[in-house]
Amino acid sequence: MKLSFNLNGRPIEVEYEHQETLAEVLRERLNLTGTKISCEVQVCGACTVLIDGLPVSSCTLLAYEARERNVVTIEGLAKPDGALHPVQQAFIDEFAFQCGFCTPGMILAAKALLDENPKPSREEIVHYMDGNICRCTGYVPIVRAIQKAAQKLSNEK
Amino acid sequence: MMPLRRFQIHQPKTVKEAAEMLSHYGEKGRLYAGGTELLLAMKHDLLRYEHLVDVKTVPGLDEIEIGNASLHIGTTVTHRAIEQSVPVREKFPVLAEMANHVANVRVRSTGTLGGNLCFAEPHSDPATLLLALQAHVHVQGRSGERTLGMEELIVGAYETTLATDELLIGIDIPRIAKSQRAAYLKFQTHERPTLGLALVLDVDGNGRSITKARAAVGSVSPKPCRSDQADALLAGPRDKVEKQLDDAAKVLADAADPVDDLEGSAEYKRHLIGVYLRRAFVKALA
Ligand SMILES: Cc1cc2nc3c(=O)[nH]c(=O)nc-3n(C[C@H](O)[C@H](O)[C@H](O)COP(=O)(O)OP(=O)(O)OC[C@H]3O[C@@H](n4cnc5c(N)ncnc54)[C@H](O)[C@@H]3O)c2cc1C
Ligand code: FES
Ligand code: FES
Repeated sequence: MKLSFNLNGRPIEVEYEHQETLAEVLRERLNLTGTKISCEVQVCGACTVLIDGLPVSSCTLLAYEARERNVVTIEGLAKPDGALHPVQQAFIDEFAFQCGFCTPGMILAAKALLDENPKPSREEIVHYMDGNICRCTGYVPIVRAIQKAAQKLSNEK
Repeated sequence: MMPLRRFQIHQPKTVKEAAEMLSHYGEKGRLYAGGTELLLAMKHDLLRYEHLVDVKTVPGLDEIEIGNASLHIGTTVTHRAIEQSVPVREKFPVLAEMANHVANVRVRSTGTLGGNLCFAEPHSDPATLLLALQAHVHVQGRSGERTLGMEELIVGAYETTLATDELLIGIDIPRIAKSQRAAYLKFQTHERPTLGLALVLDVDGNGRSITKARAAVGSVSPKPCRSDQADALLAGPRDKVEKQLDDAAKVLADAADPVDDLEGSAEYKRHLIGVYLRRAFVKALA
């Protein structure tokens, strides 16, 4: 079977089967390994990707659900010239990762939050990011990075 | 990785067609909505299906409509759509706030209200609140439609009264009157709530007196539960009711009959019912 969808801004067609998850198609058929898999049960958020702007757990969501929709993975955030997205840059500037395994999911969830709510309060950030787990940082720098990215994005406008 | 066993997805265009597919595939098939529960159970090999019938391809089941008497939520409406809906936020703030605290943002983006109710997982937030709000669900199978109260739909842990060929198609919630105050609170330290408590009060004279009360408690035992006796103790002049809160909580806890599990001991949950009934009472009347 063929699955066609928009991946990081470009139309794409890929062979797949109904029982394949989106993470399997991304990682194994398309070699996009920036999407990480950890808990596999929608708890940790390592596998977060955006579908039509909304965060989903690609470890469990079927690739079937991506048909004719817009999927954004961590590989799609930087500009073609390599300039990082403000959320990515803020994670670097604020040392918001150590091992980095949670980072792609954190960054995509944070992007979805800021697209929807450009000036979130600290409480709103914590509530929204509640389902993204980090074993290393203790979250403080992650929240700071999101606040910083929010500021940067609002200055750009 | 936990790969899923092979299955095929089918795309019905009408509820009738979906019902026929479910009946045709029998034990080998299952309705599929957001998949947030179903696919997990299938990954762990607790359930095996060769055919999934995608309810989301049936048009018109993803709508939220506010009528004069009630709010209608289609079965495939996601938790997120409920939390974001302007009419729900305005007219049913208690529902919007509950939806905003279900699971995490990813599960809310894909998980549906219908899927939550039909899976009948004991730790459901919506099931408890909808029981207190006197919601009804509409069900359709090959031979016709029926309407069920929440207590008639969910009868045990992972157990509903839906027949193999029946689909839940929508949920109706009566309008919350101006004289009514509603609150839903939950206690949660893990993925699912330890306790959910919903309280709806009909008040008179600036909240000095409660003419009618309806409390429901969920997550502490196999299914959400309420008690006429507890509701009776929660009605009357406010200062009198305040003195009866502990008794009402005890009656409600007896009715719910909490179980020991990973979320806590039965005794602890009984204690929580007392604490959260009081908090819900204060919140509802705030
Ligand atoms: C990590 C995690 C945390 C969670 N935390 C919470 C929480 O805090 N509170 C809470 O309340 N819930 C919680 N949930 C449960 C969540 O709300 C449900 O997973 C979700 O709403 C199920 O909807 P779905 O569309 O994905 O259902 P599916 O997985 O698609 O379906 C679930 C079941 O219902 C059946 N079904 C679906 N739609 C219909 C229909 N229309 N008619 C008949 N049968 C149907 C399916 O056949 C299946 O058996 C959590 C889930 C996860 C994974
Ligand atoms: S790997 Fe998908 S949520 Fe953890
Ligand atoms: S940086 Fe290691 S898990 Fe978050």
